[in-house]
Amino acid sequence: MVLNCRHVWDRISDYIEGTLDPEVRADVERHLAHCEICSAVLDSTRNVIILMADDRVFELPVDFSKQLHARLDLVLAEEAPEPA
Amino acid sequence: MTAPQAIAGLQQEREGAFIAAVLNGERERFHDLIRPYERQVYLTALSLVKNETEAEDVAQEAILRAYRKLASFRGDAKFSTWLIAITLNEARTRLREAKRATFDSLDDHDAEDGDYTPAALTDWREVPSEALERQEIRALMRQAIANLPPRFREVVILRDMQELSVNETSEALGISISLVKVRLHRARLLLQKRLAPQLKAELKSTKRDGMLRGLPWF
Repeated sequence: MVLNCRHVWDRISDYIEGTLDPEVRADVERHLAHCEICSAVLDSTRNVIILMADDRVFELPVDFSKQLHARLDLVLAEEAPEPA
Repeated sequence: MTAPQAIAGLQQEREGAFIAAVLNGERERFHDLIRPYERQVYLTALSLVKNETEAEDVAQEAILRAYRKLASFRGDAKFSTWLIAITLNEARTRLREAKRATFDSLDDHDAEDGDYTPAALTDWREVPSEALERQEIRALMRQAIANLPPRFREVVILRDMQELSVNETSEALGISISLVKVRLHRARLLLQKRLAPQLKAELKSTKRDGMLRGLPWF
């Protein structure tokens, strides 16, 4: 099947996840081979996903862990977990 | 058994031992049980409440709740999935109390099957991950994520940021796998559309500083 750009955009996420059927995947790849716009969209979407997974985007607030464990200590000292 | 499976198995065993110890009265072991998941709990809270101070508070409350309810953890789900579901619940309760649900439904108008045109920038091919050393780039990313409609934001934070599988994401959010996929796709394309031009402009403006000099794609 010959895909147009919109067809390819609709499948970009599944393409990146590697969950497309082999036939559809081949159609997408044929389109990507000659369409510069779609291959740029694919690359930039992939880049965004890579950046998202980077721990530096959201850092834990300073002292988050310290305050959490201090609060836990207070509760652990006073309460047992509820019975099932 | 593959290596990751073996590691996951060991981790589950270790967690099982911690949980049994806590329930047997060694309450202090709860610190060890929770330590690997602090970041995950915080990010999950942030996926719903947006504001960092509130997310911190929700994360603490969720972890305390997990401690109190530990005996009800059945072990048929992963501990991390159970913990994330508790955190999402805690965050939703908080949103309801603040009566912010009304506002959320307003910016939630984006239809899942809506029309979409991506940002077509043929010269934005690669972003060096060193770019994230810069505070401005991290701020752009955070802003773009915060601006997503909530149901897209929660999916993308669980799947792409915390790298849960599609199945785990579906389990934690209590929505179908196909809905996870649809929302994930929309979220990624919305982020691409917003971020690709911004990141490109931001990175270009620093070219003169020399940081990116010599990289062929700029």
